[in-house]
Amino acid sequence: MSNLTDLTLKAALDGLTSKQFTSVELTQAHLTAMESARALNAYIAETPEKALQMAAASDVRRASGDAGPLDGAPLGIKDLFCTEGVGTTAGSKMLANFKPTYESTVTSQLWRDGAVMLGKLNLDEFAMGSSNESSASGPVINPWRAIGSDRKLTPGGSSGGSAAAVAAGLCLGATATDTGGSIRQPAAFTGTVGIKPTYGRCSRWGIVAFASSLDQAGPITRTVEDAALMLGSMAGHDPKDSTSLDLPVPDFSAFVGRSVKGLRIGVPKEYRVDGMPAEIEALWTQGIAWLKAAGCEVVEISLPNTKYALPAYYIVAPAEASSNLARYDGMRFGLRAAGSNLTETYENTRAQGFGDEVKRRILIGTYVLSHGYYDAYYIKALKVRRCISDDFDSAWTQCDAILTPTAPSAAFALGENASDPVAMYLNDVFTVTVNLAGLPGLSLPAGLSSEGLPLGLQLIGKPLDEGTLFSLASVMEKAADVSQRPQSWWRASS
Amino acid sequence: MTSHIKLIEGRTGTWEIVLGLEVHAQVNSNAKLFSGAAVGFGAGPNEQVSLVDAAMPGMLPVLNKHCVEQAVRTGLGLKAQINLKSRFDRKNYFYPDLPSGYQISQFEFPIVGEGEVEVEHDDGSTFTVRIERLHLEQDAGKSIHDMDPGATYVDLNRAGTALMEIVSKPDMRSPEEASAYVKKLRSILMYLGSCDGDMEKGNLRADVNVSVCRPGAYEKFRETGSFSHLGTRCEIKNVNSYRYIREAIEYEARRQVEILEDGGKIDQETRLFDPNLGETRSMRSKEEAHDYRYFPDPDLLPLVLEQAWIDSIKAGLPELPDEKKARLVSQYGLSPYDAGVLITEGPRADLFEALAKGHDAKLAANTITQSVLTFANAQNAEVTAEGVLHITVPMLTEYLGLIEEGVISSKIAKEVFERMATGEGGPKAIVEKHGLVQVNDTGALEAIIDRLIADNPGQAVAVKEKPQAIGWFVGQVMKETGGKANPGVINGMLKAKLGLE
Repeated sequence: MSNLTDLTLKAALDGLTSKQFTSVELTQAHLTAMESARALNAYIAETPEKALQMAAASDVRRASGDAGPLDGAPLGIKDLFCTEGVGTTAGSKMLANFKPTYESTVTSQLWRDGAVMLGKLNLDEFAMGSSNESSASGPVINPWRAIGSDRKLTPGGSSGGSAAAVAAGLCLGATATDTGGSIRQPAAFTGTVGIKPTYGRCSRWGIVAFASSLDQAGPITRTVEDAALMLGSMAGHDPKDSTSLDLPVPDFSAFVGRSVKGLRIGVPKEYRVDGMPAEIEALWTQGIAWLKAAGCEVVEISLPNTKYALPAYYIVAPAEASSNLARYDGMRFGLRAAGSNLTETYENTRAQGFGDEVKRRILIGTYVLSHGYYDAYYIKALKVRRCISDDFDSAWTQCDAILTPTAPSAAFALGENASDPVAMYLNDVFTVTVNLAGLPGLSLPAGLSSEGLPLGLQLIGKPLDEGTLFSLASVMEKAADVSQRPQSWWRASS
Repeated sequence: MTSHIKLIEGRTGTWEIVLGLEVHAQVNSNAKLFSGAAVGFGAGPNEQVSLVDAAMPGMLPVLNKHCVEQAVRTGLGLKAQINLKSRFDRKNYFYPDLPSGYQISQFEFPIVGEGEVEVEHDDGSTFTVRIERLHLEQDAGKSIHDMDPGATYVDLNRAGTALMEIVSKPDMRSPEEASAYVKKLRSILMYLGSCDGDMEKGNLRADVNVSVCRPGAYEKFRETGSFSHLGTRCEIKNVNSYRYIREAIEYEARRQVEILEDGGKIDQETRLFDPNLGETRSMRSKEEAHDYRYFPDPDLLPLVLEQAWIDSIKAGLPELPDEKKARLVSQYGLSPYDAGVLITEGPRADLFEALAKGHDAKLAANTITQSVLTFANAQNAEVTAEGVLHITVPMLTEYLGLIEEGVISSKIAKEVFERMATGEGGPKAIVEKHGLVQVNDTGALEAIIDRLIADNPGQAVAVKEKPQAIGWFVGQVMKETGGKANPGVINGMLKAKLGLE
């Protein structure tokens, strides 16, 4: 049984189907692994009783022959997804004791398809951060370490818990969300696969909002095939989310392993940024070579407004966040720090409930929406957003997908960027354009750095063309052959 | 035509008033604007609150199409432009009765653009109020401060309810014009059914913008469109009766004139009207005004309407007050004044048409505008197409028949109506019970007339010189017959006897 946590989601489902093991066994194996991996701080809350109940119910379903596509598969849920009766903190002190009476659409679809919930995964507070250090539950530790070093590294953020748990075998797959790179950058830092689908593919209903026009849910898994499988369950139209796309969900799994011959791959020259490590440049070149070898045509393209994307993102996202987070006022749920009058209660509640990064973004957002600054910041940022979208539109006349690095570096040490928010924001430089344009973006592990740390490449697709990304990613996955897993140093006594 | 501009004579000369209104009308809808929660008066506190209304984490708004349709209907009723593309924005501010910390409204791109309303003065003349826009927005909840000395309670039943904010241009020049405008607007909304018009429940309320200026300034404003010609305005929030609207304006305009005449300056501010004191007082100054940080709501898509849908709504619109008035004048020969009174409320006009079917239209109109409405007002009852309280259409029909057939005189008619009102039964029964039948018996009348002429030779001579004096004899006959004589018949007989023909 010791290998059950090393299985891919697909292999585990096959094993369940062929009755090699039960969901209860599979789930228990993960619960045991979670217990011995608490040093990683990947889970904010483990829900073993619920997990075993769900697993037992799954075994009953499977025995009676009506198993769903994910039946019996134990998954981790980013603690941004509201789960009925299970605390949902968003990584914030503000929601430390918040227990939703409702289930997010995405998670309810996973349960509909038979999946089992292992627990709630750590994240940056309200998904704001690139290192998981802003979590009120403390940072997640990357299961990966540099060769010969025991320095604690970040798993990235905001979906750091999701990425770390998947990399360390603490779940078969995890839900995550991506507002500016929060799925893809942690995936790159942990040697996992993460996809942010087209904006509107997954319902946002029941996901604690950060920036509504950018937030999108997606999976983090260990393989491309697993990502396709999981996204198939997570996606779908939801009338409760006005921005949800009323379109059928394609069979994403069918795209995995499909020939990519003749596809044109754009390589944007603007993504060669100053100070990018040579090995990331080299990895990128390697990725291009793999796709060429698979019959793709590689074309250099230009996305001229790329340099404005990060500043625009750090106006639009905080602006929306400042408004989305106004509801945390201590009046109806969550933390309430009473003062001697209304204003003081607001002040105390929000001062105590929010961490520094969240406060910083609320302040930035409030500022850019203020009278007299709105046009100069917010409106200009929306114009930039339009330009970035237009850049992609014209790129699509030349290519079918775009290949870039996912992040400008490998995982960095905890605390390394903590005092420099701008350095931290630069982590999103390759990923935010995708959110601003609403496009699908996938990060896959493409190799290891000289220090032995995972590096990721990003594939960007046309709107709604996740399928092509899965085809390309599975080709690259095979070529890269990154089968190495992190050494399980965190298991205290094994 | 006499001027309807309200003039205020100050120590330093004459001042005029300029008024613009923002009317908030609650959309007639079973569900809220974005949450699907029920809307209704009388539910217990916080019983009509969904997860969306309470702004729970992860909740999202979904636009209620019915409310959009009501806004479009109203826009069409205001002869306004319907914008095929509009947008919802967030208006951000903190208050406990605003759970999400923002109100979803339409700031930059409202669903309805410019239109106009034709409004009647009391003298029957009309004036036009230009509509600047109509937009959809959410109402807030209710803060209750008087349940506990140390705490405020919040009822979110109203939170998220759909409102139409109808913004006029500053086209009203007197308190009466302002209340007449609201009255007309209410009438249009009620004809359309897009708002129930219940002002007591606050389902229709007005923010009144008041400023004063010197004669001539307003005309310059109309010529140039520049507000610099007008005085600084104050906004009086949430006034919910015609009388309060007039009183608030009256007070506020005089307050402003006094300040200006003392050499002071008007501070642009938001004020509240206290109906008990008949005063307005400052709520917040411009400096204290919120920075609402409006921005497009990213949870909602732009609202895009199809012309064909609008056309189909237009085709299904009911007859509106102005059209109905014109029709009542042309079809029934009513005076514009009577028609105006009848169309103020749709059911009132319906009642008229039900009565006018088999009866003299003018008689039917008079019966409603005089007897029926007086009774309804006294009882604080609503006039419907079926009548008012226990006075039904069949009773009124019978009543009109008795008058037309000459069975009762107009004087007796009044008494019959009063007895009907007190619940004595149908008019025929009342007439029989009290012996109120009009005396048409010429034999009996002749005897009385002959005697009166014989007893009053002086009067008889006077009438021959001054025919109007015949009224004296008519009065005497009526007196002797206890008002039951048919005045037409008496008149004819008197004229013959006195040799006037």
